[in-house]
Amino acid sequence: MYPDYLKGLLEKVEQTRPKRLELAKTGKPVYPPMNAAEREDVLSKFHPDSAADARRAVRIGPNRGESLTTEISELLEAHSMIDPVRMEPHLRKPDYETDLLIIGGGGAGCWASIAAMKNGVSSMIATKLRMGDANTMMSEGGMQAAVSPTDSPSRHYLDAIGGGHFDNKPELVRALTEDGPDVVRELENLGVIWDKMEDGSLQVLHGGGTSRKRMVSCRDYIGAIIMRTLMDEVENHPDQINIREFEPAVELLLDDKGQCAGAILYDLDTERFLVVKAKATIVTTGGFGRLHIRGFATTNHYGATGDGLVMAYRAGANLKFMDSVQYHPTGAVYPEQIAGFLVTEKIRGAGGQPLNKHGELFVFPREPRDVESAAIIRECATDRNNGIQTAAGRTGVWLDSPIIDQIHGEGYTRHQFPGMCRAFDRYGIDIVKQPMLIYPSLHYQNGGIEINDRCETNIPGLFVAGEASGGVHGRNRLMGNSVLDYNVFGRRAGKYASEYAKNVKLGNLTLNHVTAYAKEIADQGIETDLITPMILPSYAPEDVKLQQLARLGNVPARHSMLRSRIGQGEGKKAC
Amino acid sequence: MGGVRQTETEGGKADNQGQPQARTVTISIMGKRAQVPEDATIMRAIEHTGQQIIRGAGCREGFCGACGTIYRMPGDYRIHTGLACTTMVKEGMALAQVPYVPMEKAVYDLEALTPDVDTIKRLYPSIFRCVACGTCTKACPQGLQVMDYVQAAKRGDIADLMELSFDCVACGLCALRCPAEIVQHKVGILGKRLYGRYLRKESKELDARLQEVKDRKFDSEYAELMSLGREALSERYYARDSE
Repeated sequence: MYPDYLKGLLEKVEQTRPKRLELAKTGKPVYPPMNAAEREDVLSKFHPDSAADARRAVRIGPNRGESLTTEISELLEAHSMIDPVRMEPHLRKPDYETDLLIIGGGGAGCWASIAAMKNGVSSMIATKLRMGDANTMMSEGGMQAAVSPTDSPSRHYLDAIGGGHFDNKPELVRALTEDGPDVVRELENLGVIWDKMEDGSLQVLHGGGTSRKRMVSCRDYIGAIIMRTLMDEVENHPDQINIREFEPAVELLLDDKGQCAGAILYDLDTERFLVVKAKATIVTTGGFGRLHIRGFATTNHYGATGDGLVMAYRAGANLKFMDSVQYHPTGAVYPEQIAGFLVTEKIRGAGGQPLNKHGELFVFPREPRDVESAAIIRECATDRNNGIQTAAGRTGVWLDSPIIDQIHGEGYTRHQFPGMCRAFDRYGIDIVKQPMLIYPSLHYQNGGIEINDRCETNIPGLFVAGEASGGVHGRNRLMGNSVLDYNVFGRRAGKYASEYAKNVKLGNLTLNHVTAYAKEIADQGIETDLITPMILPSYAPEDVKLQQLARLGNVPARHSMLRSRIGQGEGKKAC
Repeated sequence: MGGVRQTETEGGKADNQGQPQARTVTISIMGKRAQVPEDATIMRAIEHTGQQIIRGAGCREGFCGACGTIYRMPGDYRIHTGLACTTMVKEGMALAQVPYVPMEKAVYDLEALTPDVDTIKRLYPSIFRCVACGTCTKACPQGLQVMDYVQAAKRGDIADLMELSFDCVACGLCALRCPAEIVQHKVGILGKRLYGRYLRKESKELDARLQEVKDRKFDSEYAELMSLGREALSERYYARDSE
């Protein structure tokens, strides 16, 4: 239930709704979409990436000298968990040997293992938490795929590359958009239940930045449906796919020819390091929302700490577009218990409208995400001061959901958005009758480890797919293109990595790159006690963290990631 | 911008220092008493005490089923169930998270199945032990009619099984509470896959598009777009029509 202090503001939303409904029914934009100059203006002034201290140059590694998101530079300029000298004897006696190591059991990882299996190659999936503990599971609204007669894959290409401000790698955008329709069919054949029209054609809706209705969906549980389908399929092949849960990778292994040759896992149960020797390795570790960049709340999974970036970077992989962060325009602001949670963009795709405290539209509801987020931040900033404050100290704007049933008919919202309804029902808010309060929430790692359209990196034998990769979305991803991304590139990675694994000859395993990286840190005079990958964020109160420090010795225990998360000033508070 | 930046941690508000502390309740976390903020979810309460959850946290938003939790309340004989990420703490709550739900998933080839009761019988014969007690439905943190979808499975009504189990997060609490020891949520996943594979309506539009892609119909459009410089591409983008 909304508290009394919001009642008056809620009434304003009601008052303006009939006019806004009329406008929506004309089929024309309910608010003028921005042109290039307007987009540039709002982004440069209000997007969190544009803040003075949002970026700084990284001092070591392949991207040395390049300006990256500040938190990422810190994450990269950090110590390994591994002491190469002590690990050396173990490298000669690997705990596991496999043709293909897949790091991460989300959507991309599952697809990679399935595609490799179809190519006759067995694999091992090592994952930090359980299978399916991934951002894949949490996507709600839909997946873009050019399936309708009025649309085409090349039009999808134009929308995606424009949304990414023309920085995207063209070959990747082509792969993404051209594989889209086939991914829809393949998923269907695995048992994914798409929302369909009476005649069997796919229901398509708009998303931010789409010029054709292109969003296919599974009500508002697309991630949960796809993830559980893929996991179930993976688990149907225990002889070909070996699953290791609660064993995150913490470093990649190279051989003496510079080829990627597996990884070192860290068993969270026994706190033991395990050596995996693999002919090919695919990083499908997902994104970094749990770094709480610039102190933002996040929509992301508990394990989204950017582990893959760190490992690949230490091994010498190039990063791409790691200076840009996606904030989802609509994270929940009220109630406090669900602050930061994702409110699907499908709400706006179905006609939902962002409104300021006067109940007025202030932005076209379906701008690309960075533009929409910046516009919401601008509306709440001191100049305009049109945001709505909560008692907990948060600010947001309304997202008018009741208008959806008025556009599409009674019952539409409950059927199309069961997850959203349930999330708010728990707190006595019926989104069919009342709007939601929202504000941008840290959502997606736009960039990542640079790949080509075969998911290859600059390191032979190292492949990357999904959110961990960089290039396909440029500096801004559109809604529904990440679901498509992990499907398209997960599949491609499995295919090309398994092909590679059939022919490669491995040399002796080495961790010399970790030694060299440590030397680079020392040579640059970098002083840090941060150990990465972070593995899991800590939400212990600050005073408790200080007491926890006492138990940390020289050996990195699983709480070691808490070090350096304390007392580093602004922007670090939420880590 | 600083005024609107949201700097709160998950556990509490960073900019709240110096203000009165939130009111607390006393709960018992696996037998250990702890004072936690009264407006916390179970997950945030556990973390407030300083514990690092390894098993028992996942998406933290109610989709993944990692954080199934059982608890009792003072003076109440019943066992309650909930997801730690979305269930609020209450004074006197005594709780334990369920780290893992042991079960056997049927291994099958979807292509060799039929969407009917024979498949259900073969892969999950245990569901016919259901005594229709409704414990699974009571245990479901999503509020699903679990017993009804088990009945649908027993009838071979795959469409009903799909519909009623659609929102299942596979936490497994139903399976743990079931006196007949069946694995409801796994049957739900099978039902959904059978429906999607065999009972869907076919899309002719999708067939047509797949044929076009196969025939390389879009090659020239791609080639043209990919040859454009940044400015020309931008011009094309902003001039495109919208549906």
